[in-house]
Amino acid sequence: MAAESRCVWLYGVTGDDPEAPAAGLAGVGGVPPRTISAAGLTAIVGDVADREYGEAALRRNLEDLDWLARTARAHHAVLEAVAERGPVVPMRLATLFASDAGVTGTLRERADDFRGSLSLIAARSEWGVKAYAAKPADPVADPGLPATGPGAAYLQRRRAQLTASKDARAEALASARAVYAELGRFAVASRLYPPQAPDLAGQPAPMVLNAAYLVADERAGEFSAAVADLTARHRFVQLALTGPWPAYSFVGAGDEPGPR
Amino acid sequence: MTQPSLGAPESGALSAGTMSGPQPANLGDILERVLDKGIVIAGDIRVNLLDIELLTIKLRLVIASLETASQVGINWWQADPWLSADAAQRSDRQELEEENRQLRNRVRALERGEHDGG
Repeated sequence: MAAESRCVWLYGVTGDDPEAPAAGLAGVGGVPPRTISAAGLTAIVGDVADREYGEAALRRNLEDLDWLARTARAHHAVLEAVAERGPVVPMRLATLFASDAGVTGTLRERADDFRGSLSLIAARSEWGVKAYAAKPADPVADPGLPATGPGAAYLQRRRAQLTASKDARAEALASARAVYAELGRFAVASRLYPPQAPDLAGQPAPMVLNAAYLVADERAGEFSAAVADLTARHRFVQLALTGPWPAYSFVGAGDEPGPR
Repeated sequence: MTQPSLGAPESGALSAGTMSGPQPANLGDILERVLDKGIVIAGDIRVNLLDIELLTIKLRLVIASLETASQVGINWWQADPWLSADAAQRSDRQELEEENRQLRNRVRALERGEHDGG
């Protein structure tokens, strides 16, 4: 047989939906996804080439940030398309099987886990909320203060700058905590991610909050309105909303429910 | 699922209290989710993502995770005076030392001025 050897990339698991992959998706490695059904569940998979995704190749390719970015985006695009049809339990990147039999076995062995996760995320979506510290304007020297000479004026100006900078930092962090707690009221669960480095976030301002929320779809409007309202109320942070996401942050083992 | 409307995305510089959302998923948002979250299943091909040294180091340069980044010493937010009280104190102290030095120079200059004038 001349066909090159392939392995099975697992994107995620959804309910009984053999039609799940959206038509026209390229998928990881440019291979359109297909489904494998067992135990009343449907696995979304793709047949990827061993020479690129086999163990040795994978080890090498994962070191390549461009390859990783391409693969992560393809993995995400398939999950996003499936999530539009219904709940899907996303797999971590690079979950690979030698054949369909391995996938079928996993569906059967972990059927209860998958069903539990699917019922948790049904009719709910993940939303991301990030807050960036907004730098304060340079304080204007108070003309009311008695300045007895250039040295004193200089000292007053320096002190005002230091105070403003410190206050703004404290305000930004306090706002981040307040925003995180307030938005939790609209969510079923929440997770905190570490802040992203400025290069990655594409924003020069420091990130002070990087959170994910699991929100009932019927409350999505309320949730985004709350984000807009908080934006207006907290002037030391700038908020950014992303989503809806497949529920990546709410399916892993060891997840504890609810915001703290 | 629909994208809620939150007004036109802001273009240009950040300013306090504004919001540019919902945004298209950026690479960082995707990577932190697909690498750090999602169900972990031991497939037939076992490559532990965290065993891949270069990947890990590169990612930690871009996705600064609090615990992991501290382990490899890439804890930018702890050194950022905006985010760390310690760093802020260090930064303030440096500024005060510099200020002190400038003031001493100024006093010395003034003293010299008096001697020259007297």
